[in-house]
Amino acid sequence: MAVEGQYLGMQLGVPDTDPENLAFFEWCGRHELRLQRWQSNGLLSYPPGTANPWDGTPEHAWEPVEGRGTIVSYCEVHHAIHPAFRGKTPYLTLLVELDTQRSEPSEHEALRIVGNLVTPEGELAPPELVERTGIGSRVRIVYLDVGEGFALPQWTLDGEVEQPTPWRYPDTRAGHEAANGSG
Amino acid sequence: MASELIADTSRSLRDKYAIIGVGETEYSRNSGRTTRHMGVEAVRNAMADCGIRADQVDGMMSYQIMDSTPSPVIAGDLGIRLDFHCDILGGGGSIEALIGLAIGVIEAGMCETVAIFRSMNGATGRRMGGTGGGGGRRVGPGSLFGPIYGQVSPAEMFAHSFMRHMYEYGTTPEQVAHVKMFHSWGASNNPRAYYPKRVTVEEVLASRVICYPLHMLDCCVETDNANCLIVTSAERARDFRHTPARILGVIGRMTKPRSDMHYQHGPITRVAGFYGQERLWSNAGLGPEDVDLTGSYDAFSFTTLLQLEAYGFCPVGEGGRYVSDGTIALGGRRPNNTAGGHLCEGYTHGINMVIENVRQLRHEVDDYCPVGPDGHRQHSYDYREGGCRQVRDAEITANLGWATVNMGSALVMRRG
Repeated sequence: MAVEGQYLGMQLGVPDTDPENLAFFEWCGRHELRLQRWQSNGLLSYPPGTANPWDGTPEHAWEPVEGRGTIVSYCEVHHAIHPAFRGKTPYLTLLVELDTQRSEPSEHEALRIVGNLVTPEGELAPPELVERTGIGSRVRIVYLDVGEGFALPQWTLDGEVEQPTPWRYPDTRAGHEAANGSG
Repeated sequence: MASELIADTSRSLRDKYAIIGVGETEYSRNSGRTTRHMGVEAVRNAMADCGIRADQVDGMMSYQIMDSTPSPVIAGDLGIRLDFHCDILGGGGSIEALIGLAIGVIEAGMCETVAIFRSMNGATGRRMGGTGGGGGRRVGPGSLFGPIYGQVSPAEMFAHSFMRHMYEYGTTPEQVAHVKMFHSWGASNNPRAYYPKRVTVEEVLASRVICYPLHMLDCCVETDNANCLIVTSAERARDFRHTPARILGVIGRMTKPRSDMHYQHGPITRVAGFYGQERLWSNAGLGPEDVDLTGSYDAFSFTTLLQLEAYGFCPVGEGGRYVSDGTIALGGRRPNNTAGGHLCEGYTHGINMVIENVRQLRHEVDDYCPVGPDGHRQHSYDYREGGCRQVRDAEITANLGWATVNMGSALVMRRG
């Protein structure tokens, strides 16, 4: 069944005709991260697709994957372009590399997922959380329910591990944050 | 890498085609007119530039993002009957690809001379990232992997690569800001530039943050304008006014692996140009060390840096040094975007950087130097503000076109 939802005033949906994306978000709706494992080579892939990105074969099964990883890059948005995010700055978009299948099947490949830094409850992270997060930070997945059986994967700092000191964009001016607090 | 895939066809066409005419409208942020009106003016200006008649142009191409006027309408206004036309969807990285396709259709006997244009109200019409699905709009599955997270503008989409480059290689905000400063030097000697004022590294870093690592002055200006260039055979090029810019090699719209979501395959800092460099230099029959000046797409200061690295103008990781040590400055060893590029001259999705290099190869850049009694500009090579921007003895140029981190194109030309 197609899923429908709402988030920050946006109408979201995945139709029946898009079974792979539908399956992914329905599993998120059950608060479970599942990815396609391809029969031909046993590898997982992200994002959802209609065939194995390494060889084009279609046979696969949806398998549970641990929602833990490391931030390998990020963008700190101060001037929001998307209307739904005005008034939400600063917010972080993250590139999260999952612990599962890192550097497989070749050195530079990994399962890398885009999302926001959020609180454990799924709210966009407040400035004090944004300011202590960067490359190297350890994160875990949280699910933001947006509709019946439909959730978005998001990321929050993993409280169960000791956080490394993250790499952050070097501040170039004194009093910078005060001057540029929000877009 | 791709050696065994490289066919001989392109090398056999090396030097056999040329750009003979270039033209544009003014760059503004309030054109107050249609893309049809501007497109016709730009094509007319390019035709007048080389002295070609309407009955000598029989092909037309354009690129757009559902924001422009198609070729048959522009041709109709100019009295051109077309034997071939093609309007494609695309922004950056399209012009180099279309120049290659123009060679192909001429070679196939489909037409003889192709005018390629881009007409856009980039400031007052459709804006980049501005339509990402706002309040009340339904967001489809494709938007659930980026836009839903407030990642809609090119700045937000590319930032992961930029930030990772700083992390991995120690690239500094000051180094990156030099790109804007040096491009502004070219713009200050370009009467057409929308932002002709020279800016300093400090001014870039003091401008407000759009999204880290980009300050406002790291981002290009969005403008209203149309631009055109005309491609024909080198043989036919002799019939027209200027020294032609001969096409040595071209590659178009190559992608990274996993182009559905390219960050699945790293390195994260790697851009599409990395995968095109071998084919480009092989097609062109020379290497980056032979190039006198570059036109590296500068939607952002950082895109210039990453592409110069990808095509081998400096070792990977040393882009920060390369763009800040004076090499790319007007008067430097290999200037980049001498007209100011997208950061300063105007925003045209890449075509203005090709036009500038055509003019550079003619040794006829329209700067503030006086025109002599023979009709040619008397270049002083004094690059101070309000002076010259002609690169001395420019013989070889390279254009590095950027669509996204994931997609790019490139073009190498020579004087002659």
